[in-house]
Amino acid sequence: MTRIKHPQFIRLILANLDWPINHVSSGEPKMAVLKVKFTKINRGKLAQVLWVLNWVSVMTGMTLFSLGLFLKVEIDKRWELMSDEVHSVPNMLIGVGLAACGINFLGGKICYDCVDIGKFLRWKLLMLPYIICTLFFTFFILVGALLCYTMRNALEEALYLGLRDAMRHYKDTDMPGRCYLKRTIDMLQIEFQCCGNGDFRDWFYIQWISSRYLNMTNTEVVDRMRSNVEGKYLMDGVPFSCCNTFSPRPCIQEHLTNNSAHYSYDYHTEELNLWQLGCRQALLDHYTQIMQSTGFIVILIWLFELSVLTGVRYLQTAMENVLRQGDPDSESDGWLLENSIAETARYNFNIIKNLGKCYQVDDDPNIDVPSSSQFGQDPVPTKGIPMAS
Amino acid sequence: MAVLKVKFTKTKRDKLAQVLWVLNWISVVTGLILFSLGLFLKVELEKRRELMAERELHSVPNMLITVGLIACAINFLGGKICYDCVDTNKFLRWKLVMLPYIILTFFFTLCILVGALMCYSMRGELEEALVVGLQDAMRFYKDTDTPGRCFLKRTVDLLQIQFQCCGNTGHRDWFQIQWVSNRYLDMSCKEVVDRIRSNVEGKYLMDGVPFSCCNVNSPRPCIQYQITNNSAHYNYDYQSEELNLWKRGCRQALLEYYTSIMHSIGFIVLIIWLFELSVLTGVRYLQTALENVLRQGDPECESDGYLLETSLAETARSNFNIIKSLGKLNQINTTDSDRDPNINRPSTAHYGPDNVPPKQIPLAS
Repeated sequence: MTRIKHPQFIRLILANLDWPINHVSSGEPKMAVLKVKFTKINRGKLAQVLWVLNWVSVMTGMTLFSLGLFLKVEIDKRWELMSDEVHSVPNMLIGVGLAACGINFLGGKICYDCVDIGKFLRWKLLMLPYIICTLFFTFFILVGALLCYTMRNALEEALYLGLRDAMRHYKDTDMPGRCYLKRTIDMLQIEFQCCGNGDFRDWFYIQWISSRYLNMTNTEVVDRMRSNVEGKYLMDGVPFSCCNTFSPRPCIQEHLTNNSAHYSYDYHTEELNLWQLGCRQALLDHYTQIMQSTGFIVILIWLFELSVLTGVRYLQTAMENVLRQGDPDSESDGWLLENSIAETARYNFNIIKNLGKCYQVDDDPNIDVPSSSQFGQDPVPTKGIPMAS
Repeated sequence: MAVLKVKFTKTKRDKLAQVLWVLNWISVVTGLILFSLGLFLKVELEKRRELMAERELHSVPNMLITVGLIACAINFLGGKICYDCVDTNKFLRWKLVMLPYIILTFFFTLCILVGALMCYSMRGELEEALVVGLQDAMRFYKDTDTPGRCFLKRTVDLLQIQFQCCGNTGHRDWFQIQWVSNRYLDMSCKEVVDRIRSNVEGKYLMDGVPFSCCNVNSPRPCIQYQITNNSAHYNYDYQSEELNLWKRGCRQALLEYYTSIMHSIGFIVLIIWLFELSVLTGVRYLQTALENVLRQGDPECESDGYLLETSLAETARSNFNIIKSLGKLNQINTTDSDRDPNINRPSTAHYGPDNVPPKQIPLAS
């Protein structure tokens, strides 16, 4: 009888859920993980504390969101200097932050209602899925934090290529779309106190003076361009933005490698004339600092969310046990897992296996055969009571 | 003929006292704002101390700071007084203090107004300080080996980069200053020696500017040297070139910056002055209303509140007489009391059958 698979599917699930009942008919599960006794007052206080903590978590969710937004804005500010923008990390933080707000808002509502047993019944079926969902979600927060630390490599690559291209187009101030690159690079070198990609010598391999401003009738200019394979006008000079403001002498920008062109100047020992740091390194340091702080804050938020989740789990198991005992004022146990980790894992694995079997339904001899387990006098299987699992 | 008389019922008096209590606390906050505005201005002036010559520029922020602190204290006291004024008994505690308090606060608000006006008048002093200060800073630009002046080069370079300006009034100021130190000039080179000799004071002058004058918006690489020589650079015309260097002078740039700060501060201080004045007016009305209640004897009745009991002219005359007689009191000891016919004589007014002058009742004045 393969007419209706749906009710058979549900009966299968419930049959599997019944299993712990047959094992623990006394109502006292053995080997619960981290069992804690809760009086009615404790439960009430726990629910109130968790309500407040959930609202604090909504704020931390907003903090996550704003951290992601801040990182996104910082990366966007220098989009011209990156070849390929590293947007995965800020987008993840933004998404996770918003989801955290939503999840913790719901958690706050649930915990607020848990003070009263009557209202708890409303949320009873929802709580376990909520806890599992939030557990996976905190995992995402952890992934977000780890991504912050691993983003550095992708960023370095993007900066290396981006800066190289930007410097190459430094002279193209007459080309639409690239006319602001000169200004961007000049401001970058002034603000971050850096010069070139790896260091100032990168400018020696780039023609950064536009041909519009080169006198082609001058033999010296023509010679210089001819001596180069690609016909570029290369020189041992750098733009003015490379000048170091700490230098005691006026800036030397041209004929840098030629000691005799300047009085009392030695190219190899002169350190204060130009910025020694490369812009790739400077930008990388800047972003790494931002991301390490962000990652640290996200890890703290992750630990906080995990502790709130643990509290909610204890509250859920305690309330369910109160319901099972029937007396709203009695003491009850709360735990993280009803059985040991190994048994819980094995049991869940069985559920998943049977779910898998469900989809092979048609020829399976195990289905639609009246079950052979002992349900008592009448061969009617007892209705499955959803248990705290 | 009371000035601006208003009738107050009991509920209105109480409401006035409560509103004034809240307003006094808001005034404490505005006093803190005044204090922080003064501190901000002081810090901004200190930041560029090296570029300003010695002038009395610090009087304005100092005044704002003191006025802010005093405003906090005065309004704190005012808040306490108004809080107690709801109850007539507690008012008796403050009765003698209130009039001096109001007069003192009135003069204090004058100080706030003076502070606001000083903000607007500071510009002249500032301009003078900047003219002299920038001139000296540029003259010592090259002295990076002289202790006390070795950071002037960096300060001027950062100023020109940050404020996008060049020189005192324009880039030509650099042509009249030797900004390249002799340490870096090759004295054995004929050209250098000629240039130094051609100048009366023996300075190495050239038509070049430091790198910090370079305009980042320029489409071509910066031309710093031989600026007036068109043939030294390809496709360059000194007269029409506008994007190469910053066009603005640093004096103008700094002046505009500080003027905008001080105009904003002056405006905020004026608004705070108006607010304090209105709070003071409210306190005056409350004081006169409560005093009239006491005079009438019934705490629940209506009473009048006014700014001045008699007209402005009469109040001025009576105060002037008080001050005059205060002055005369100080001359008393030197004259013989018997000689002066106006003192210590029984008055000739008619007080009734028993001829005893009535006791003086202190009046709300």
